[in-house]
Amino acid sequence: MSEWCICSVFALQKVSIIIVIFACVVCKYIIYLSEVQLNETLAHLKTESETLKSKLEEERAKLHDVELHQVAEKVEGLGQFVMKTRRTLKGHGNKVLCMDWCKDKRRIVSSSQDGKVIVWDAFTTNKEHAVTMPCTWVMACAYAPSGCAVACGGLDNKCSVYPLSLDKNENLAAKKKSVAMHTNYLSACSFTNSDMQILTSSGDGTCALWDVESGQLLQSFHGHAADVLCLDLAPSETGNTFVSGGCDKKANVWDMRSGQCIQSFETHESDINSVRYYPSGDAFASGSDDATCRLYDLRADREVAIYSKESIIFGVSSVDFSLSGRLLFGGYNDYTINVWDVLKGTRVSILFGHENRVSTLRVSPDGTAFCTGSWDHTLRIWA
Amino acid sequence: MTSNSNLSNMRRLVEQLKLEASVERIKVTERLVSQAAAELQQYCLQNAAKDALLVGVPTGSNPFREPRSCAVV
Repeated sequence: MSEWCICSVFALQKVSIIIVIFACVVCKYIIYLSEVQLNETLAHLKTESETLKSKLEEERAKLHDVELHQVAEKVEGLGQFVMKTRRTLKGHGNKVLCMDWCKDKRRIVSSSQDGKVIVWDAFTTNKEHAVTMPCTWVMACAYAPSGCAVACGGLDNKCSVYPLSLDKNENLAAKKKSVAMHTNYLSACSFTNSDMQILTSSGDGTCALWDVESGQLLQSFHGHAADVLCLDLAPSETGNTFVSGGCDKKANVWDMRSGQCIQSFETHESDINSVRYYPSGDAFASGSDDATCRLYDLRADREVAIYSKESIIFGVSSVDFSLSGRLLFGGYNDYTINVWDVLKGTRVSILFGHENRVSTLRVSPDGTAFCTGSWDHTLRIWA
Repeated sequence: MTSNSNLSNMRRLVEQLKLEASVERIKVTERLVSQAAAELQQYCLQNAAKDALLVGVPTGSNPFREPRSCAVV
């Protein structure tokens, strides 16, 4: 009886081993089949994306009948420009990385590598407030539309809002509010039309819209394949869109409500360091490490002008338009500022003064002057 | 698995391209570069007079150009 049991146990073992082996073989075959299917789907998707891309190019090419500077041939050329440094703001202990104007056309906030954020009165060059951030490389700062707060951030991966108080002795750091949280450095931030919402872009490849009061994420924007370095909101008349530029050489236009990327432009040959809307909101300019600035028209859906010269080989760190959009100012890594005639595509003027690369450039809200910040620790107001 | 993430990336890319291709192309004339360029030019010329950096304003009215007064405390 026991012998029979032992035999049957052995038999069962052998059968179970055979079943296990058979199951392994079947599994392997299923995995093999799904891999083959995966590769097929990948190939299919690749060809589909190629055909879509070429279709888009075809559509764009159909509409390219003439260049911007050809249309602008009849426009009067610009005369000589006399723009000089009118104020020099000294006080930062290290490279100035970012600056922003207040809507009162007089105050400026600037941030630097040593973690300091300073609010200046540009007329008198006095410092009104100073905050020390807990991190270095504060790469982004922005003034609130009301003029009552500033936002800043950098290597701490956060964007913090500091309400500015009239009391000079009050410790601003105490009232700090952390609004945005990214998983990599904060590269740019901007308040929307009110003090209540902030738009941020980060080295983690995303942009995000936050509610200041609650710190809640309202919308996130995915689509860049690498760090996003800059953003700009459309002028309020033209609606809820913004443009962002990144290390993937792409400039994307986003719808703020849906989070969708509605247009994308990829003609630069290197990282896009700065994007700025044309004052009418129908176009935007970008500055890149490839030493060119380019103008993209949103309705024509293509690049319409390139601002470059063979003698300019250093990258552009920041760009901004004059009030009418006729002039484009570019801050370059070769310490100069080049002023371009937007319509004709020619350089109108070159400005010297900074002793290290120009890292940030903004025209004042009423267009009477523009301010540049540089790695030489100073800010200069030009008019 | 990298092939899975490749697949999802490719899927996302194709969806994005489909979205862009379907963005309504209103009228061909409205999207011509010549038309768009003409509108940019018109905006520039219309606002040129107000642009202080372009035309310059009389020295009195640009607060940055006027010499700063030193207050004796």
